[in-house]
Order: sequence, then structure tokens, then C-alpha cells
Amino acid sequence: MSINLNVPEMSNKPIDKCVTKLKVENASLYYGSFQALRKITLEIPSCAITAIIGPSGCGKSTLLRLFNRMNDLISGVKVEGNVELDGISIYDSKIDVTELRKRVGMVFQKPNPFPMSVTENVAFGPKRHGVKNRGELDEIVEKSLKQAALWDEVKDKLGQSGLALSGGQQQRLCIARVLAVEPEVILMDEPCSALDPVATLKIEDLMRNLAADYTIIIVTHNMQQAARVSDTAAFMMMESDRAGVLVEYGPTAQLFTNPKDKRTEDYITGRFG
Amino acid sequence: MTQTTNPSSPTAAEVPSRGLKRRLRLGERVIEGWIFLAGLLAIVVLLGIIFILLKEGLPVFANTNPWDFLFGTHWYPNADPSVFGIAPFLVSTLMITLISTIIAVPVGVACAAYLSEVAPPKVAETVKPIIEILAGIPSVMMGFIGLALLSPFVQSLFHLNTGLCGLTAAIMLSLMSLPIIVSVSEDALHAVPREFKEASYALGATKWETIWHVCIPAALSGIAAAIMLGVGRAIGETMTVLMVAGNALAVPASPVDPMTTMTAAIANSIGNAVRGGVQYQAIFAIGLILFILTLGVNIIAERVLERQKRKFSR
Ligand SMILES: Nc1ncnc2c1ncn2[C@@H]1O[C@H](COP(=O)(O)OP(=O)(O)O)[C@@H](O)[C@H]1O
Ligand SMILES: [Mg+2]
Repeated sequence: MSINLNVPEMSNKPIDKCVTKLKVENASLYYGSFQALRKITLEIPSCAITAIIGPSGCGKSTLLRLFNRMNDLISGVKVEGNVELDGISIYDSKIDVTELRKRVGMVFQKPNPFPMSVTENVAFGPKRHGVKNRGELDEIVEKSLKQAALWDEVKDKLGQSGLALSGGQQQRLCIARVLAVEPEVILMDEPCSALDPVATLKIEDLMRNLAADYTIIIVTHNMQQAARVSDTAAFMMMESDRAGVLVEYGPTAQLFTNPKDKRTEDYITGRFG
Repeated sequence: MTQTTNPSSPTAAEVPSRGLKRRLRLGERVIEGWIFLAGLLAIVVLLGIIFILLKEGLPVFANTNPWDFLFGTHWYPNADPSVFGIAPFLVSTLMITLISTIIAVPVGVACAAYLSEVAPPKVAETVKPIIEILAGIPSVMMGFIGLALLSPFVQSLFHLNTGLCGLTAAIMLSLMSLPIIVSVSEDALHAVPREFKEASYALGATKWETIWHVCIPAALSGIAAAIMLGVGRAIGETMTVLMVAGNALAVPASPVDPMTTMTAAIANSIGNAVRGGVQYQAIFAIGLILFILTLGVNIIAERVLERQKRKFSR
């Protein structure tokens, strides 16, 4: 069977040349006694954009936060199974979580610049990781803002509060802030859900540009977006006890046009209408 | 309330309730009037205080010029002619307030940060009410504690003739302003949006970096308000300083000298003053200066907060 989407070109980028950046094996996560993820197993390729899709509440954000251990901040969270970054288990007790989060950056659903100037927002990460020299910081700020395609819009108002920017600019500022610490992986949790279509397209372009140098994982509600930007896609669902499971995982073109699982097909046809 | 102010929804049930409506309106008027009167009362009382301080205090400047009053180093109300220089009290108040603030602010803010960001919720829930109870301890009791426990300790630590000195008073005052500083700054820290903290952690900042570089700056206006409340408490406190500051009349040269603050000076001498006499006027003038001082602190705080807000909000 085959689904027809009106998305012009979908990625057919061969992912077999990539190495496995993140590996999840039989991972389960509990919020107290509630199981939010059940036995998730998947491998995220290094040189690709991976989309995670699925209905609301199925554990997409939870899975994403597994990769930078943001779930650690919630009391009562328990993780089982194995998650590896470059072959090293990140839930090992010897892992330095701050170092992990430096390598695995995150962009949130709602743009959340700090109530500080644009410059200070971008310099925040590098400062925490030991860069003190003002000149060096300024260089990082400029480079990161250029990378995030924001430099031209803010170069005259670097001293202004980050909160004074438009929603789309704020989100790109947040991306610049992540880029400034030179991560290897960028996690994005519905980064465009609070933005208008024009701002959304800008972020998508940006993601495609960044994909060459970073491993990107994006959670999205928007099927078209997943189809447009991702190379591989994962479809998650809730089981009857509301625990999230991974239903299907594969190249985006295949998952969207020729899904193997009936549930994937139903969801995708339903969402594309 | 919404019903009475929304004429665009005339349902059948409302038609016969004209009288009720009018009554509600009247009730609202009464409440509004009541609130207005309460506000008016506060203003009247404040103006009354200012008026009395001016009326009773200003005449002293007919005998002593303001400069000599403020910077004169001798307070001899019973000499002939009497001498009223309040420099000893002014310096004592400033010194004690400053020291108590220097002690209370770092401790209080650290404590608040611990409660809001570090302590497990259970611990925070138990500790916070205890701190708030601390705020209710009568100042006479704090005086006792200072006399019995702290002053011997300060005395032996600094090899003093007496442990009743400015430092002892300042430490007691810092303890007394601590609860309000902790409580108000904790509220401010707690109100910092979670998104800011998450962003910081996600960038690889540690807990302490997040507290210091994100939470405290974002909560700064609230913390500043907390500090001002603490300072206000320290400037105005009377009984404790009366009991433990030592009541010396000389201008203090060091924090471990015995001192008399402006409040203590007022409390000490008001009993001996003849109503309407020169000493009576001088005491009211001290009150006037104290009032201006606290007003100044509040205005400065207001300015700082205003600037802080403008810097961050937009
Ligand atoms: N902090 C939390 N404590 C308890 N349950 C949570 C918490 N965060 C999310 N959940 C639950 O875990 C499930 C998955 O949530 P989430 O990962 O946010 O889903 P999604 O991002 O796919 O909408 C939901 O049932 C949600 O209610
Ligand atoms: Mg989510």
C-alpha cells in the first residue's frame, strides 16, 4: 500500500553511511508508579534529522528528555534499560551530567530566552563552561547568531533584552544559545508549535542547514513538518495503560508513504486528512 | 458581580429580580466605600504622623541649628543650656543597620535559595513555617537572648569590657530580619519561571550556577524588596537594641563599642521629657530624622526596583 502526501520532496538521504550517535535499548521510564515509556529500542544516526511523531501524551517529550537526562530534574523518575551516546552509557553513575548536557543541547517548545540581553543569552553556556575572555565570548556570540540565521536581525540590538524579540527570533536565539556550547546533538521539542508559518519555515531551513554538522532529533505534532525536514522518523503510541511504545521507526520517505504497521498508516492518513 | 454589570444578558430569570439587583449594587457601593475609607484612613494617619513630628519636632531648631543637631556629638539635655547633638545616635543606627544587613542578606538569600531550589519539598515545607514563626518572637525575648547568650560570647571573642555593644545588637537584629528576608526572597525565587531554570540546566549549568546566574537575577526585584523590609525592621527596632546595644552616649568608633541608636535614644529619654519642653521637641526631631531616613530607604528601593524592571521586562 502507499500513501500520497502533498509534500514536494521527502528525504531519501541514505543513512547507512552514518554512525550510530544515540542508542536506546529496552528503555523504560516511570514517573513514580506511572510508566511513561515501555521498552523503547532505537538507534539515532549521526548525520540525520530524526523526527519523533505520535499523539499527544504518548511520551515523545519524555523520550527526548531521556537523551540529555532532563528527566533527572523531576523527582520520582526511574529509568530502566540502556541509553548510549557514542557507545557510552549515559545513565552510568560516573557520567558528568553537565558535560552530557553540553554535548546534547535542547530547544524547548516555548521559546525561553533568559531575561537578559541577546549577547548574554548566547554567552550564558560558554561562560558556564569556562570561557571568560570577553573577546572570545563576543566571537562565539557572533558565530552562533550567524549560524542560527539571526545575526543580521539582531546585530544592532545585541544589548536589548532577548525577551524583546519576536517569537520566531526568540526561538532562533535559543538555538544560537545551544549552538554556542558546541553540542553534538540538538534535541528540539516541538520548536515551532508556538510560531507562525513564516517563522516556522525559517526554523525548518535552519534545521536543514544545521543537519550537516549536528545530530538533530525533533519532536513534532506537525506531520508535514516531519515529512519536510526529517531523514528518519519514529512513530510512538500509547498502549492501553497509557505507557508510550515505539511502533515504527525507519527512513522518513518509507514511514510516511509505505508504513509497515497498520497503526502508523492509520495515524498518518488520519493526520494528513 | 458579572451579572449586575452585564446588561446584555437579560434572561427571564433576571426580570423579576430588579430589587435584588439594586440591593447588590448598593452592597457593592458600600464595599467600595469601605475600601476607599480604609485607604483614606491610612493616608490620614501617615499625614498625621508627619504633621505631629513636624509640629513637635521643628521648634527645637529655634535653639539648636540643624547642622549642630545632626552632627553635634554631645547629647546633654539636662545641662544649662542644654545641648542636643544626635551624631552618636545617628552613627549608631547607621552602623548597626549596616552590619545587620551585611550579615542577614547573604545568609537570608542563601537560605531562601536552599529552600526553593535545593531542599527536598518535605524539608522546605517544614522549615518555612518554622522560619515564619521566628518572625513572631517578641523583640523583648530577642533582647533576653542577646543578653544571656550572645553578649558573653561577643565579649570573650573580642576581649571587651562589656558584651553589650553595637555588634551584639546588629547580630540580634540580623536574626530578627532574617525571617522576612528568607520568606519574601523565597517567594520571589519560587516565582521564577521553570522554563528559565530548564534552559540553564539544559545548557549544562550546575545547580549552583543556575541559582546564581538565573534564579537570583530573575528574582532580584523581589529579593531587593525583601532586603528593604529587613533593613526597615533593623532601623526601626527599639527594644532589642535598648537591651543589648550598651546605651553609651559617645559617638561609636568601632562596631564593638556600646551604642545608643536613634530609636533607643527616643525610648530612653521620652519618659524624662517635659511635654512641650526643649528636650521633648528634640526627641520628636529625632523621630523626624528617623522618619526621613526610612522614607529615603524606601524611595531608593523603589527606584532600584523600577530600574531593574525596566531593564528586564522589555
Ligand atoms: N513530570 C511528570 N510527572 C508525571 N507524569 C508526567 C510528567 N511529565 C509527563 N508525564 C506523563 O507522561 C506521559 C507522556 O508525556 P509527554 O512525554 O509529555 O508526552 P508528549 O510529549 O508525547 O505529549 C503523559 O501521560 C504525561 O501525563
Ligand atoms: Mg510534549
